[in-house]
Amino acid sequence: MDFDTDMTLLARLNALYAAWAHIVDDDRLEELPDLMTREGVYRVQTRENHELGLPLSLIYCDGADMLADRITAMRTANVFEPHVYCHAISAVAVTAREGAGWRARGNFTVARTMAEGETMIFACGRYFDHVVEVDGALKFRERVAILDSRRIDTLLVAPI
Amino acid sequence: MDDAKPFAWPDDDISRVPYQVYTDAALYALEQERIFRGAAWNYVGLEAEVPNEGDFKTTYIGDAPIVVTRGADGVVNVMVNRCAHKGSLVCFKQRGNAPELTCVYHNWTYGLAGELTGVAFRRGVGGKGGLRASFDQKAHGLRRLRVETYRGLIFATFSNATPAFKDYAGPDMIAAMDRVLVKPLRVLGYHSQILPNNWKLYVENNKDSYHASLLHVFHNTFGVVRPTMGGGIKLGHDGWHHLSYTQREALADDHIGKEKVRSLQESYKLRDAAMMEHKLELGDLVTNSIQTIFPTLVVQQILNALATRQLIPKGPDRSELIWTILGFEGDDPDLHELRLKVNNLVGPAGLISMEDGCVGGWVQRAAKGDPAARSIMPMGEGVEPSEGSRITEAAVRGFWRGWRACMGI
Repeated sequence: MDFDTDMTLLARLNALYAAWAHIVDDDRLEELPDLMTREGVYRVQTRENHELGLPLSLIYCDGADMLADRITAMRTANVFEPHVYCHAISAVAVTAREGAGWRARGNFTVARTMAEGETMIFACGRYFDHVVEVDGALKFRERVAILDSRRIDTLLVAPI
Repeated sequence: MDDAKPFAWPDDDISRVPYQVYTDAALYALEQERIFRGAAWNYVGLEAEVPNEGDFKTTYIGDAPIVVTRGADGVVNVMVNRCAHKGSLVCFKQRGNAPELTCVYHNWTYGLAGELTGVAFRRGVGGKGGLRASFDQKAHGLRRLRVETYRGLIFATFSNATPAFKDYAGPDMIAAMDRVLVKPLRVLGYHSQILPNNWKLYVENNKDSYHASLLHVFHNTFGVVRPTMGGGIKLGHDGWHHLSYTQREALADDHIGKEKVRSLQESYKLRDAAMMEHKLELGDLVTNSIQTIFPTLVVQQILNALATRQLIPKGPDRSELIWTILGFEGDDPDLHELRLKVNNLVGPAGLISMEDGCVGGWVQRAAKGDPAARSIMPMGEGVEPSEGSRITEAAVRGFWRGWRACMGI
């Protein structure tokens, strides 16, 4: 079956995207590295840098361990006002086969609500991912969040 | 409040700052006139951002819109980005390349050095209308600023009275720039961060070497900077500018200047310490060097993460911080990759720097409640450099000395 007509694959991909969003929005971030392969790369980059061909990311985790370290730092060292995210994920699609896995993409909008109760749209953009199957489960070999929203309000601490 | 002196600094004491200076719209307007459009040399970008003839970028000095171009003669021009005709932005793109600058509103055109080169329908239509005969085209170019470049950084000033940049910066600040900006610069990317506070709170934060190991817990937890490490504070131009630096102890197998990447992994509690590696590339053991040039430039070296930070005020209670993250032309692939990883420590999501995004907002919110109340900065002595200790607020007091001198307050 072709990747673009494989509705089972698309359903599994949607479930993976949803799992990521739920972990972040529920603040169960310690579980997030489990959705990556061990060597999986997670990056958050602005659309500006991406389109200029500049390599800089806001967050660059080269492997699940670096993502875990970032979460440890957030829990133990970083100082910020309490807030929660709410992800809206849409337009999830498989775009190509790559190696033993697939290229996939989807859109996100992240609303941030501060402890005082105010909500704002904090980020919106597109995920560009490389997804592979590990022991029967889909995982991210690469997850790149490209932010349309170039200006970061105050700070970015939790992954998108 | 009269125009000349909207406010008097209480007790002539720069170790106590009245909160009004962070909230007052009249003072904000006066800063635009007397600092940003006044005596200061303002950082506007890098020569590497406009390498070729016709390249332009837009930015701001204070609230003033600015366009930076590379002219046919290779010279960098800095101009107010406002059409002489009706005041529209001439360039509304962030960057690009164009043979001339055209204001789309009425199609007036300017050369890359700002001279007015074309007025649409100057002869009218059918002999009627058009530009009146007495109009002096030469007198209506874009407002040009004085420009100087130093080691690839572009500075501009509205003032003809301000001394040359090297004299404005002073020898210690020039030496600090010489130390970091050793090769042609390469832009690795940009960050933009909205700070919910007056611009001066971010400047103070940079000049406040006392907070580094206290607020930024990551420093201590993961062993980047400890208050016991060597280093010190240098000041320039009577305290207007500053340099705060930290250096680690030499280790037995350090060979400064040799191609060595060191991981101090044993002192970290990270699973993957790749982002904490440091290649000694600048000929010394300095791990952190934060330099401010009055009013709003920061030149940063944190391990191998090099950057300029340009602060743009956006009203009394909001600012935008533009980070231009740098490498050098000719960086080998390993050093290039190392820089990208070390940059996890800085920027809006920086494991070290993120707190600076929110702490100014906390002061801003609290300041609003009582503009006449004052902060107190008792750490260290006067506006004096210090060797061996960064537990001082001397550089912050130096900033206020500069601010008061410019403002006539």
